[in-house]
Amino acid sequence: MAMKTILALLIGLLPLVARADLDVFACEPEWAALAEEIGGPLVSAYSATTPYQDPHYIQARPSLIAKVRNADLVVCSGAELEIGWLPALLQKANNRDVLPGKTGYLEASRYVLRLGATGGTDRAQGDIHPLGNPHIQTNPHNIAAVAAELTQRMRDLDPDAAETYELGLLDFLERWEPAMQRWEELAVPLAGTRAITHHKSWVYLEDWLGIEEVANLEAVPGIPPTATHLSQLTAQFAEGGADFIIRSPYQDDKASLWLSERIHVPAIVLPLSVGTDDAPDLFAQFDVIIDRLLGALGNE
Amino acid sequence: MRRNLFPGALVALSLFVPPVAVADEAEIESLRLAIEELRADYDQRISDLERRLAIAEQNAAAADYMAEQAMPAVVGEASNPAAFNPAIGVILQGQAWNYARDPGEYSVQGFPYGGEAGLIGEGVGLAETEIIMNANVDDKFTGWLTAALAIEDGESIVEIEEAWVEATALPAGFGAKFGRFFSGIGYLNSKHSHSWDFADQPLPYQAFLGGQYFDDGLQLRWLAPTDLYMEFGGEAMQGGRYPAAADSRDGIGAYTLFVNIGGDVSANSSWLAGASWLDADAIDRPSGDEDEPLFFTGDSNLAGVQFVWKWAPQGNWKQRNLVVQTEFFQRHEDGTYQLSDTSVAPYDVRQDGWYVQSVYQPIPRWRFGARYDQLSTENPGPLFDGTLLAAPADDPRRFSVMMDWSNSEFSRLRLQYTRDEAGPANDNQWGLQYIYSIGAHGAHTF
Repeated sequence: MAMKTILALLIGLLPLVARADLDVFACEPEWAALAEEIGGPLVSAYSATTPYQDPHYIQARPSLIAKVRNADLVVCSGAELEIGWLPALLQKANNRDVLPGKTGYLEASRYVLRLGATGGTDRAQGDIHPLGNPHIQTNPHNIAAVAAELTQRMRDLDPDAAETYELGLLDFLERWEPAMQRWEELAVPLAGTRAITHHKSWVYLEDWLGIEEVANLEAVPGIPPTATHLSQLTAQFAEGGADFIIRSPYQDDKASLWLSERIHVPAIVLPLSVGTDDAPDLFAQFDVIIDRLLGALGNE
Repeated sequence: MRRNLFPGALVALSLFVPPVAVADEAEIESLRLAIEELRADYDQRISDLERRLAIAEQNAAAADYMAEQAMPAVVGEASNPAAFNPAIGVILQGQAWNYARDPGEYSVQGFPYGGEAGLIGEGVGLAETEIIMNANVDDKFTGWLTAALAIEDGESIVEIEEAWVEATALPAGFGAKFGRFFSGIGYLNSKHSHSWDFADQPLPYQAFLGGQYFDDGLQLRWLAPTDLYMEFGGEAMQGGRYPAAADSRDGIGAYTLFVNIGGDVSANSSWLAGASWLDADAIDRPSGDEDEPLFFTGDSNLAGVQFVWKWAPQGNWKQRNLVVQTEFFQRHEDGTYQLSDTSVAPYDVRQDGWYVQSVYQPIPRWRFGARYDQLSTENPGPLFDGTLLAAPADDPRRFSVMMDWSNSEFSRLRLQYTRDEAGPANDNQWGLQYIYSIGAHGAHTF
């Protein structure tokens, strides 16, 4: 009787124990979304951050350590974006398969051409990244490049399902490439426009669409905008010279709204990552970015 | 690939077509188009190759730089010997303290301090300067060194605070560390002084752990394969430091056990709770006045529980955040105290200590904090009347507030005020502190 009850309980618990083939721990939501695009139901992806969080400043929370402990693959932007927390997670998680140098550790920025690499640097210049700008996800061509490497890693980690991951990649690229073409056609009027951005988060988008970055709200990267710097910008752009002021969902809106009011240039929020209410997936993210930039130009 | 088959075939085919005196204009046009398509295709492939070359070059250059940082590059990527230099960081700290009472006379009745516990020196001066080096040793071990440069009695001394090697290749969620390290007991014990929220440690750490317990030994940790964070650990230590004072002939003088659990409540809130236990042997362990210390021989047991809660709107830590933390310790010491050259008295006493603190960051760069800490003890008996071990009339307690400003995550300036009702007379204590970090800086734990 007791035996039967236990058996019944165990059978009832089975679906809870059954796991996906690959547990993916992504530092940023775009890599979790990409892993799901490629791996579909074979992948269980978890993102350590949300698009409402500044990925430079994340607490090495116990929940994240537990996730890394159980991960088969850790995917992060790299280029020191996560230097303040990822090493602590890896050190505490006791998971030898996802340490740097292993198949289970993927730094996305290694597979794209990084912009703004300075080699060595002086911290007086602020929170800049000697390995280049880590916000690579704002150019869809970078997403495609990382997708190829991600697929390779998934195949290596789960060889039984290699074909499924390859088909997943093909299926994704078959949808992604026409989407890129569509965005590029839509974005033609954006070439040559001038942007003021809160932080240097958008250099890959600007490079892709031919937008010129004329100023940043932060006088020194990583340090909040100062009153002196904002009044300088007011003087500099009083007579024009900028088309929009861009910030990310996690950045304080005060500085960009303040400047927008004074220089009469629209201040807009663009999804820097996937998972905001208006950008639930990678495709929607770029739809929203292009749409909002065109809207600000008055070319909707 | 399939795309260029057609024009390629066209060109090849055209070689076998007999020359026609007057070529059809449409044919010329189609040939021209085919050649242009070929050219465009090759341009595309060359630019693809150039891009791949540029990425490879970029990553090779990055490898040199990465090796100097906390997260070493992939092994075998660069052949430059300098690429294997460890990450080096230096923490520069200084303080200025003002006391209304003479800090030289400071002691806490009932709790003779041992180890490095005590007030920070009066006046302006350097605090501990830390030199930190770390790197992967190879694919299975990583190494860490923290050397503290301090000034004691006017002389510069170097102390090895941490020198450990950790095995990174153990299976099934196990981790092992050996060498000298901060014990994993409690919440604050393993935190470096530069990451403390107040300039000094709370009273239970001062009274029970000599400020912070570190020792030579071996640590084993295991992480459960669950979504709820569950860490179990234990240590075997030489016992060379307060609260232990082991006989050097005996290999192991202290054992610890600890368990930590934690998780997220929502995107805004996370928590960490833990319990720990320390069992230390003491043989002629000095504490209290440096010139006339009291010597304890016996067993020192310490049990502690802790809870930490961190909150930030939407988890966006940079803009606004709040931390509340509390720890409670109970110590039981059973043995004898040598009170003078001839008199030895039995000592079997339970003592409690706890603190609660909160730090709030309302806007980027500015933080405000408050802390209350308190100790209490049983009376060890009439033999101890008139000594520092006798129970005080009132429980020792303090109340502190602090404010700090961090221009970046590498710098911090702090002002702290403490109302001290733990010392021989109530005191108002003011302190200024700076903490600067240069070079590589490792990630901070939760």
